[in-house]
Amino acid sequence: MKSVLKIISFTALVLTLAPSFLVFWGYIEPSLSKILMLIGTIVWFGTASFWMNKTEENEEEVI
Amino acid sequence: MSSTQNLKQRLEAVNEYERTPIPKNKLKGWKSFIGTYAGEHTAGTEFVIGPLFVAHGATAGDLVSGLLVGNILAILSWAFFTGKVAMKTRTTLYYQLEKIAGNRFTLVYNVVNAALFCFLAGAMIAVSATAVGIPFNLAMPSLTDIYPSSVGWIVTVFGIGAITTFVAMFGFNVISKFANIAAPWMIMIFIAAAVGVLPRLGITSFSDFWPVAETTIWNGVPLEGQSKFTFWHIMFFAWFCNMGMHIGMADMSLLRYAKKWTYGFSSGTGMFLGHFIAWMASGILYSLFLLESKGSLVFAPGPIAYEAAGIAGAVCVVIAGWTTANPTLYRAGLAIQSINPKWKTWKVTLFVGLVTTIAACFPALVMQLLEFVALYGLVLMPLGAVIFMDVFVLPKIGLVSNYAELTKSHFNPAVGITWIVSLIFCLGLNIWGGIEIFFLGLPGWFVAVIVYLLSSKIIQKKTTNVSPTIPLTY
Repeated sequence: MKSVLKIISFTALVLTLAPSFLVFWGYIEPSLSKILMLIGTIVWFGTASFWMNKTEENEEEVI
Repeated sequence: MSSTQNLKQRLEAVNEYERTPIPKNKLKGWKSFIGTYAGEHTAGTEFVIGPLFVAHGATAGDLVSGLLVGNILAILSWAFFTGKVAMKTRTTLYYQLEKIAGNRFTLVYNVVNAALFCFLAGAMIAVSATAVGIPFNLAMPSLTDIYPSSVGWIVTVFGIGAITTFVAMFGFNVISKFANIAAPWMIMIFIAAAVGVLPRLGITSFSDFWPVAETTIWNGVPLEGQSKFTFWHIMFFAWFCNMGMHIGMADMSLLRYAKKWTYGFSSGTGMFLGHFIAWMASGILYSLFLLESKGSLVFAPGPIAYEAAGIAGAVCVVIAGWTTANPTLYRAGLAIQSINPKWKTWKVTLFVGLVTTIAACFPALVMQLLEFVALYGLVLMPLGAVIFMDVFVLPKIGLVSNYAELTKSHFNPAVGITWIVSLIFCLGLNIWGGIEIFFLGLPGWFVAVIVYLLSSKIIQKKTTNVSPTIPLTY
């Protein structure tokens, strides 16, 4: 389950960054880029919180 | 059990080991520091500092080379100064200073320190307010504003201040967890916002970037009324903008949780993501704003980020301000709490949050951020020099560390003399030597070191009944 969440999170990060490069190369309009960045933002915060700090807590437990 | 009682119990249970070394089982892994540093230095200040370099007429070449050298020096300072001392003592700056300088000196220092932290956190809350105010059509501050311009501005600032304070009341863990999550996303937004506007600056391929950077973005011409920045300004600013935290030792509060002193190098994430990429990105955004607004004096990171990256950009400004304001408030809380250890951490943080929020209402805090940041580092620097010498050098030259603790003294004059003489020296260099505030930290540190060694030698001569402290073994 955690692996799936991680994949979704990193896809969201790509969705946050990649559209601006598509604007830069002239493939999409800035307005579409802004919508995609917002979707990426929502998905990132919605999924990363379930695994990022869990990894850190596990690491501390095994010290 | 009611939710109110539950909340109070959780707050009372927050133990940040303010006056005891961190237990071994509470040490944190490197990921915690990477996340914290990346989050803390990819922050609201970056939305202000990058544009101010543009306003001060930095050239593209000076900016890139100055940031590279200055950031590397800052990382080395975090590892070799703060990391080494934090490993050896495992205490906060405040408690360590009390052992060296005595509780009466620490009282004064802590009040000064907490005030500086409050102002810095306040600037970050103000930056966040420029983004939160967008949907309410809030009138934004300009470069020349000093006082709050509207009731709406004050209400917005108080709303953000309340949330920031509430989160900081729960201590380092909550801050660290949020910073971990927000950091990777924030740097994506910084890069995305800048890349997305490049075509509007006439850059349509990577090979176009440098020529446009030199002629349009960082063209070397300062805005009216702003001083000219050279390579040396940028290098020293990049090195010393966090001087209070590394050479000044404030980050002992964070790095005392580290398993090894080398975790100080984790500050590299903050330096190169925040103080390199983010400063350049925000400079690009501001340069475009100046170009399209024909030199407007409005200075509001929120609307600039919103224009470039939409709602995600505005949210980034809010969160960037928040992730800086939170740990800064936490540090200010520790500073005040060390005055009276019986005070509960959460109550102290609540008070500090209120002071910070009031300060945040004044836009001048944002507009003079470069000078304020340099001053903040400079004021705290001499005590960092004192701690470093006390921990590592004094025992090697036959003098004792933690003089005030060993002699049960309330005030170690050697520390007071060092602080005053170094700051007077820096002030003299500034007033009579014409040396700008950005360059005073380096000569000031050497003066602090020499004065502390000499004054300690003289004062400790009179005291013979002292024994060295036992160092921690982990």
